[in-house]
Amino acid sequence: MSQLEFEKPILELEAKIIELQNMSGDAGFNIADEISRLRQKTDRLMVQTYSKLQPDQIVQVARHPERPHALNYIEAIIEDYTPLSGDRNFAEDDAIVGGLGRFRGQSCVVIGHEKGHDTQTRIKHNFGMARPEGYRKAQRLMDMADQFGLPVITLIDTAGAYPGVGAEERGQSEAIARSIEKCLRIGTPIVSVVIGEGGSGGAIAIATANKIYMLQHSIYSVISPEGCASILWRSATHAKDAAIALRLTAQDLKELGLVDGIIAEPLGGAHRHKQDTINSVADYIEKGLKELSGLSPDALRKHRSDKFIAMGR
Amino acid sequence: MNWLSNFIRPKISSLVGAKKDVPDNLWQKCPSCDGMLFHRDLSEAQNVCYHCGHHLPVSVTERLAILFDDGAYKEIKVRPVPVDPLRFKDRKRYTDRLKEAQAKTKRADAFIVAEGTIKGQKAVIMAFDFAFMGGSMGAAVGEAILVGAQTAVAHKAAFVVVPSSGGARMQEGMVSLMQMPRSIIAVNMVKDAKLPYIVLLTDPTTGGVSASFAMVGDVHIAEPGAMIGFAGKRVIQETIREALPEGFQTAEYLLQHGMIDMVVPRKELADTMGRIIEILMVKAKPYSPKGKSGSGSGLGKFVKGKANGAVEDKAKAAGAVAKKAGIAAKAKAIKEIALPRELSNEKPNDAQENVQQAGQEARAA
Ligand SMILES: [Zn+2]
Repeated sequence: MSQLEFEKPILELEAKIIELQNMSGDAGFNIADEISRLRQKTDRLMVQTYSKLQPDQIVQVARHPERPHALNYIEAIIEDYTPLSGDRNFAEDDAIVGGLGRFRGQSCVVIGHEKGHDTQTRIKHNFGMARPEGYRKAQRLMDMADQFGLPVITLIDTAGAYPGVGAEERGQSEAIARSIEKCLRIGTPIVSVVIGEGGSGGAIAIATANKIYMLQHSIYSVISPEGCASILWRSATHAKDAAIALRLTAQDLKELGLVDGIIAEPLGGAHRHKQDTINSVADYIEKGLKELSGLSPDALRKHRSDKFIAMGR
Repeated sequence: MNWLSNFIRPKISSLVGAKKDVPDNLWQKCPSCDGMLFHRDLSEAQNVCYHCGHHLPVSVTERLAILFDDGAYKEIKVRPVPVDPLRFKDRKRYTDRLKEAQAKTKRADAFIVAEGTIKGQKAVIMAFDFAFMGGSMGAAVGEAILVGAQTAVAHKAAFVVVPSSGGARMQEGMVSLMQMPRSIIAVNMVKDAKLPYIVLLTDPTTGGVSASFAMVGDVHIAEPGAMIGFAGKRVIQETIREALPEGFQTAEYLLQHGMIDMVVPRKELADTMGRIIEILMVKAKPYSPKGKSGSGSGLGKFVKGKANGAVEDKAKAAGAVAKKAGIAAKAKAIKEIALPRELSNEKPNDAQENVQQAGQEARAA
């Protein structure tokens, strides 16, 4: 498990507890006492740390490799998941995964950025950074949702669209723009959840939704704090300042009226409590879909339009 | 509500402004060919190098003067938006940066919205002012696109957007990112009204601006040499660690890769745009069977309505109407596109064969 710098004291205590547990037997009650003492200490430290996470620390949690990723959610909450591939133009792009399935009994289309969880899958999914084909596949799936009257669930987790020569040549800008346009045009509900990193245009391409929720320790930003710092502070070492200034946390964006809700994470973050986090996200998706149910296609489109037109007034 | 403010003759004002700015610097070097350019000649040539054709930047007011007939237009007011939603501060306060940019450009934010005619065609232009914080897109710019689109719809005019922008305005954080869908909602209003939406991509058009309204135009026109792309060159180079292809992200490169319709020199922009708008303005204009509107664009409906007429005559009439409208060169094109295939069951003569073929092509396209 990769380590976050600010979690080190917690991780050290956790390691000690495991060590004691492995000793077992011999010293009997003393060890059990010691373990429970350390547990209490760990819990206190966890509360202390996680109750006042700074924006730059939240950025680290949002990017934590052990955090549940799109496919973890899909596997857990989409029954009969049937992945679909390809943009019917050029290629399949595994940075965006998606397909058909049922969410708590409701047929749906699900789309998400997938970062991968080890070297092999990270390469396969290009670290969650999509090329134009990914956004064109998303458009295809949204068309299908529209055609068959299925709600769309999108899971947002990307550092951004892939910056490459081929991506530019094949119209990265156009693919993102058209994907946003598609989100606005379809007549079925779209519910988006930022589960990790909401990286700029690459994120909003599939997050122009009726309902946008953010996990408590996820981020959503127009530019990475590092990128912002290197431009405005002329040095990436100011990423911490940029993370504060950009107001990229769920709390910030809720206050700014740009997202609809914050999904609480268990103490210690999603990377410690995958299943609980996934359940909470599913509950919010259901809540969002319920609130949108019964709206006509035109009403859904209008709902999206009104929502985004208000952003900046 | 009155959207319109004062009537402006920018050609005059910009000339006066230019004199004030460079009293001691009458000559400048072309950045492309190093040729010496005299300020008055350069201004006369619309800031295009008269040695090599390199397109130098033009101010946003000069831009409007170049596109609108006689350089005349009415500026449209845009309601103000909340300023500095994030209370953003880097090494400087965002509000201070705004004040500086406002003092420098005499503009509220990085845009002008204006209304006038382009070669006789009604048009609303929303143009970015690169001099204002790099033409970056925040809430005010998003609002301007909305107001421009709504004005175009209300006045049944074409909508032209001229981006010149580094992308989203970082200092407005996620509010700026949300202008991407917001701007697309705006241009969708124009599309739903069946009015032409034309994007004139100028140097530079990148980031969140290129990945939103700028890439969903009915027609994409770019100025020669304009830099257009999503990711910055440096970012791409740091990612791939290879040399970038020659001419990467230039207008010509994008044309080759199918992302834009045409690269048009500055002096031909107004003609090109006027012609396109006129051809596209079918649904917005009342049908005029006698061609009184002076427009060839009612032709599609005309021919469809009278399916069994003499095709050749109709085609000739079409040519005549089109010529009258000052688009002689395009008469043939109109004939080919406008005549539907099913219009005649009679024995095909030569003209009809042509027409049928044209109809098939039009369908395929
Ligand atoms: Zn030159």
